[in-house]
Amino acid sequence: MSPRLEPRGEPSRLLTWLSPVIAVAATLVAGAVLFALLGFDPARALWLFFITPVSTVYGLTELGVKATPLCLIAVGLALGFRANVWNIGAEGQLTLGAVAAGGLALAFWGDGGFWLLPLMVIGGAVGGMVWGAIPALLRTRFNANEILVSLMLTYVATLILSYLVHGPWKDPDGFAFPESRMFEDSARLPDLVPGSRLHIGALFALAAVAGAWVLIGRTLVGFELKVVGTAPQAARYAGFSHNRMIWLTFLITGALAGIAGMAEVSGPIGLLQPQISPGYGFTAIIVAFLGRLHPGGILLASLLLALSYLGGEAVQIGMGLPLAATGVFQGMLLFFLLASDILITHRVRLGRRPAAAPAAPRAAAPEAGE
Amino acid sequence: MTDAASTDNPGTRSGQAGRAGPPRLALAGITKRFPGTLANDSVDLDLAAGEIHALLGENGAGKSTLVKIVYGILEADAGSLRWEGAPVTVASPADARRLGIGMVFQHFSLFEAFTVAENIALGLESGESVAAITPRILEVSERYGLALHPDRPVHTLSVGERQRVEIVRCLLQDPKLLIMDEPTSVLTPQEATRLFETLRRLAEEGRTILYISHKLEEIRALCSRATVMRGGRVVAVCDPRRETAHGLAEMMIGRELRIPEHKAPPETGAARLEVRGLSVEPDHALGTPVRDASLAVHAGEIVGIAGVAGNGQAELLAALSGEARAPDAGMILIDGTPVGRSGPERRRALGLCYVPEERLGHGAVPTMTLAENAILGAARREGLARHGFLRLDRARDFAGAVIDRFRVVARGPDAQARSLSGGNLQRFIVGREVAQRPSLLLCAAPTWGVDAGAAAAIHRALIELANDGVAILVVSQDLDELFALADRIAVLFDGRLSEACPLAETDLERIGLLMGGADPDAAREALHVGEAPAGARP
Repeated sequence: MSPRLEPRGEPSRLLTWLSPVIAVAATLVAGAVLFALLGFDPARALWLFFITPVSTVYGLTELGVKATPLCLIAVGLALGFRANVWNIGAEGQLTLGAVAAGGLALAFWGDGGFWLLPLMVIGGAVGGMVWGAIPALLRTRFNANEILVSLMLTYVATLILSYLVHGPWKDPDGFAFPESRMFEDSARLPDLVPGSRLHIGALFALAAVAGAWVLIGRTLVGFELKVVGTAPQAARYAGFSHNRMIWLTFLITGALAGIAGMAEVSGPIGLLQPQISPGYGFTAIIVAFLGRLHPGGILLASLLLALSYLGGEAVQIGMGLPLAATGVFQGMLLFFLLASDILITHRVRLGRRPAAAPAAPRAAAPEAGE
Repeated sequence: MTDAASTDNPGTRSGQAGRAGPPRLALAGITKRFPGTLANDSVDLDLAAGEIHALLGENGAGKSTLVKIVYGILEADAGSLRWEGAPVTVASPADARRLGIGMVFQHFSLFEAFTVAENIALGLESGESVAAITPRILEVSERYGLALHPDRPVHTLSVGERQRVEIVRCLLQDPKLLIMDEPTSVLTPQEATRLFETLRRLAEEGRTILYISHKLEEIRALCSRATVMRGGRVVAVCDPRRETAHGLAEMMIGRELRIPEHKAPPETGAARLEVRGLSVEPDHALGTPVRDASLAVHAGEIVGIAGVAGNGQAELLAALSGEARAPDAGMILIDGTPVGRSGPERRRALGLCYVPEERLGHGAVPTMTLAENAILGAARREGLARHGFLRLDRARDFAGAVIDRFRVVARGPDAQARSLSGGNLQRFIVGREVAQRPSLLLCAAPTWGVDAGAAAAIHRALIELANDGVAILVVSQDLDELFALADRIAVLFDGRLSEACPLAETDLERIGLLMGGADPDAAREALHVGEAPAGARP
């Protein structure tokens, strides 16, 4: 009487969406066990991690602040993942977007105007696109693995930013801290909720969700992405170009990640510093898969992963746990998600195999069907 | 049960089979259920010593499931096996081989880089050395007319020779029952004839042969008894020599078979497709380059390209459809326009439609709906997308119209492509291409692995299309199909395309020789001298 997995005839649509819920539940259970082993009251710890951060209006706005970059990037990544284009370097594209937008803010320091913010948005998008174009070019020209190239470029981007804020762009009045000047007001994104840090970048994220939703469901490009990703030979049959999809998805993701970087430095941070993202570009990969590569799902998933950042901070302050708790929870979530995804194509059966007995007697037709 | 097929009494069994004693293998009540289907529904089957027994049925009738149970690859949910009268369980292929059951699969499992003897030694459980096995290989191949060189590497062998390696590997284990799964599907007619001689010799020695096929004529020529399966059940047991091919086909598909009327000789019009000295490099190491192919297909004409798979068909089709680019634009002309360097979209705009060989993953995306798959092939010609936006309603209407017109059994335009049976999906894909009113249609193996009813419907659709003045090019391994459809036939061998011959000026034998790479005129001379180097390869 041991449970076993049996392939389903067709993948289950219900479990496609139920699988993330199972993964979240399993993460909570494993988290509780983890907290108990560390000697904390699991109920209190989970409450502190998952509920306390969003129990105030300010907490909710902070959730939006963290969810904004995650959502922007994950929407772009999901387009690529649909076409089997594996952009793992959104973190670097975010960084370059921040560098480009921040560069503009510093260049026009003191004589900005209403035009500066739109210019910074464009600059951020272009910066991210340039960084995304490198792996796209190397992949389409030389068949270089885009996973490695985009990932490596992340570290290059971080070093460029580090050089700039330690060197040419360092605030002259900054007591040698590796930071740029504070951006002036015309280079700062306006707040959405007064008194909070939630800025209008959140609207960019919502617009990206809506745009991607239309792109995936209604346009020929969305259709091409899906065909290229699921049946490459059928894509050639229809005349869809894989290379075009590589370029398109790298440029879109680069632009969205760049805008996310721009929104970070122009919104909550307000200046350039060596570290501008706590790994949003990597966490967005989890967001994209948890959201089933669908914009609607990604919106919800980005809120959940944003909560993991807030929860990590809360248990750090409240219980003295290291900030690594955030990474542990994110990792467990991805782990359980990948594991429970097998239930989409397989079902769990209990009981013995039907015909294990030698030379089975002429029993009536097995009724063990569905 | 069909009336004509009630000959299952011992009196009519052939020679050795009629002798007293239990059958070599008796299956009783074999039932096997897969999620969603009942693959075998209490199947009974008796195999006598020394008989060549056909297991006949369409794709999906349950033949493969049954022999996999016999060979120990699958386990039956219910039912029993008796081997020479004693109840047995066959839990694995090793068990089957110990009993004396050998099987030659449709797809070979040989290492390309190893020699014949090395491959055979690897497959034997006794662990004999290559040196020890070589004389035995020679002996067996001598005795049964299976010419083989033990020292040749497998990658230099033709498909027919590879099959001989598999057969010799089985025979070295001295099997009492040899299962052959669709053995002639990869052979030229001449190679098939030689195989039949070998099989007859094996049967004379008292070995039993279970011969799986859906080719009716060869079953009538070879087998003394046939078990016909349909939908997982045995529907008839008969003596195929006393049935007509038509009668067998009706038992197999379970209803009256309508043969499409042969069209009137076409009034040949202008050349819609011209191929001039086309050469194509394969896109992977095991492909076959196409060399200097020339061909014309005129309006209203069906041209067939015969050939054993792997002789450059995939490369030729990719170049003609636009999935691969030709080296020069002028090598392929559609209605006089050079398109050799253009992609599929441009060629579709010029009137080319294409039915690829592989249904799932090439002609259709398995996980997409039929409406979405309509967009895949017909977006351009049917206006299923405008200004970059999909017109989903139009796509559903178009898919619905194809489903109605070509009688596709499906839940509707929203059914997933992979939920359809092979025959129905093929009807849909052919229908999708035909409904776009092409001026030139390219078809690869249009009825491969589909049931006889769907095959007839597809042939009818192609003939009607040609009668309407469409130029059609059919690439197929199935010579019966080509002889039924084509006005002219060319043969592709080792990447070289022969001249397309009018049907009246050629015959099965000539085409068969060309498929084996032999020069038919030279071979005919040789025949008169008394030597038949059929299927010889350089």
